Amino acid sequence: MIEVDIDQQLGAFHLAVEFSAEAPIVGLFGRSGAGKSSVINAIAGIAEPARGRISINGMTLFDSKGGINVPPEDRRTGYVFQDALLFPHMDVRSNLLYGQRLRSPVDRSIEEARVVELLGLRELLQRKPNTLSGGEKQRVAIGRALLAQPRILLMDEPLAALDIPRKTEILDYVERLRDELSIPIVYVSHSVAEISRLADTVVVLSDGKCIAAGEVDEIMGRLDLRPATGRYEAGSLIETTVVAHDLDDQLTTLAFAGGELIVPHLDASIGERVRARIRARDVSLARQRPAEISILNVLPGFVTAMDDGVGPIVDVQLAVGRATLNARITRRSAQQLGIGVGQNVYALVKAVSFDQRSVGYA
Amino acid sequence: MLGLSPDEVGILALSLRVALISVLCSLPLAILVAYGLARSSFPGKTLVDAIVHLPLVLPPVVVGFALLVLFGKRGPIGSVLNEWFGIVLAFRWTGAALASALMGFPLMVRAIRLSFEAIDQRLEVAARTLGGSRSWVFASITLPLALPGVITGTLLSFARGLGEFGATITFVSNIPGETQTLPLAIYTFTQVPGGDAQALRLSIIAVVLSIVALATSEWLTRRSKRMQGDDRS
Repeated sequence: MIEVDIDQQLGAFHLAVEFSAEAPIVGLFGRSGAGKSSVINAIAGIAEPARGRISINGMTLFDSKGGINVPPEDRRTGYVFQDALLFPHMDVRSNLLYGQRLRSPVDRSIEEARVVELLGLRELLQRKPNTLSGGEKQRVAIGRALLAQPRILLMDEPLAALDIPRKTEILDYVERLRDELSIPIVYVSHSVAEISRLADTVVVLSDGKCIAAGEVDEIMGRLDLRPATGRYEAGSLIETTVVAHDLDDQLTTLAFAGGELIVPHLDASIGERVRARIRARDVSLARQRPAEISILNVLPGFVTAMDDGVGPIVDVQLAVGRATLNARITRRSAQQLGIGVGQNVYALVKAVSFDQRSVGYA
Repeated sequence: MLGLSPDEVGILALSLRVALISVLCSLPLAILVAYGLARSSFPGKTLVDAIVHLPLVLPPVVVGFALLVLFGKRGPIGSVLNEWFGIVLAFRWTGAALASALMGFPLMVRAIRLSFEAIDQRLEVAARTLGGSRSWVFASITLPLALPGVITGTLLSFARGLGEFGATITFVSNIPGETQTLPLAIYTFTQVPGGDAQALRLSIIAVVLSIVALATSEWLTRRSKRMQGDDRS
């Protein structure tokens, strides 16, 4: 359980954030400058809020009223920085062990061998940080934070400095951590893709305020949060189960509460739970079931909400079975099709619009 | 030894001892001052900075004279040292070490300060979150990363100490076997008729010594940078 209620003045920027969350991975989401890093810096004890309270699993780390301000070295918050910040004068192994050596043996539950195995670091142990690639550096940084025996892992945009293949690789590792170690993670990102794939609970920050908090699929589907989540990346998140693989065509079928989705082959076994993210701009609408069309996913549903703003674009929210799907179409199309709330429509989603970053293990 | 006369060996040994002791004693203080100047802001910081740099711009003889006034047997500091601890600096080799420490101090502080300023402070923050206390982080991260600057500063100050003349001769005079370091001996020979050959021999020693000191500094700095994973040098 993470409880944060802090006020801080940073120049002209006022941070006033209050939330509590309990989940394996809590996503701290917002655009750059929203105050995400300030929040985790306060949790780690790097920055001191003017007022408030921070506690993790019932342990108070900061309380301005009670005069509590645990120094960063005693908070046991494993901080993974955007640019890794490995110690350049030490080899990888010394970096890994830096924090572990400072914890008393009683507190050492995460062992070196386990972390080396989990993050695939065996080949890197003798290397110096300046010989590592960006992805390798970030893996070492995660390992270093884990071996400091943290109560919570704080990850500040850990993928921001990486290219796309490396991003996918690190995402896989973060999922392994979540599944194999029971350490809660606060994951800070401005990327809808990363938050959607990893987080269970999301806290949305905007201009130093917490504007929403809740389950990831609910938050990511909300039209009113679009200014904060970003128009381009807006979409919906659907919990699914793998039901079939078509090995000839290299396709995987996912079942969800409103039907089935066909996506490019996914390396997951039948019955495994998978989270699929569908961007609103990848969803087309039709009044009738189209015939002779290349799009594999045709999902019947009905319109539950439409944004009535101005401009060329309209966001339409659909109920597909018990799932919610967002579609983004032009205002002209909406008018020509006569789309309105309550209308039955078919949502069309190209299978190729799913990629590795939008489908991941839940 | 190397064709040097016993007198020359004595002068050389005294010079090295004076320079070495001056560097060893001033290094901890220089690190402290450099860290303070690099990392903290306090009222009067500019003044401290100016005082540290003063020996660099003052005529050395003025520094020597100030030392004589303050640390002489009757001076405000010298009398206390003498009466309470029995320490006499004036006209002793230890006084020569104090004079060269003072003259080399700005060079030492400057080099160390620059390397403190070049360190990414977020590395220290990272070390804190991993469980390092302030002092441990300083010892395990900050100081090792500043090592190239510490080496450069130490050797610059050492070389400066070997060459110290004005402050030394003013403060501790020119006593053979006690305070007559290499430059003072060279000066003495130039004042004696027929001493040119001796002065030349000692000058060559001084040149060789300085080159060795600078080359050592360069080598050590490169080595420590390599150890820090910096391949640029």
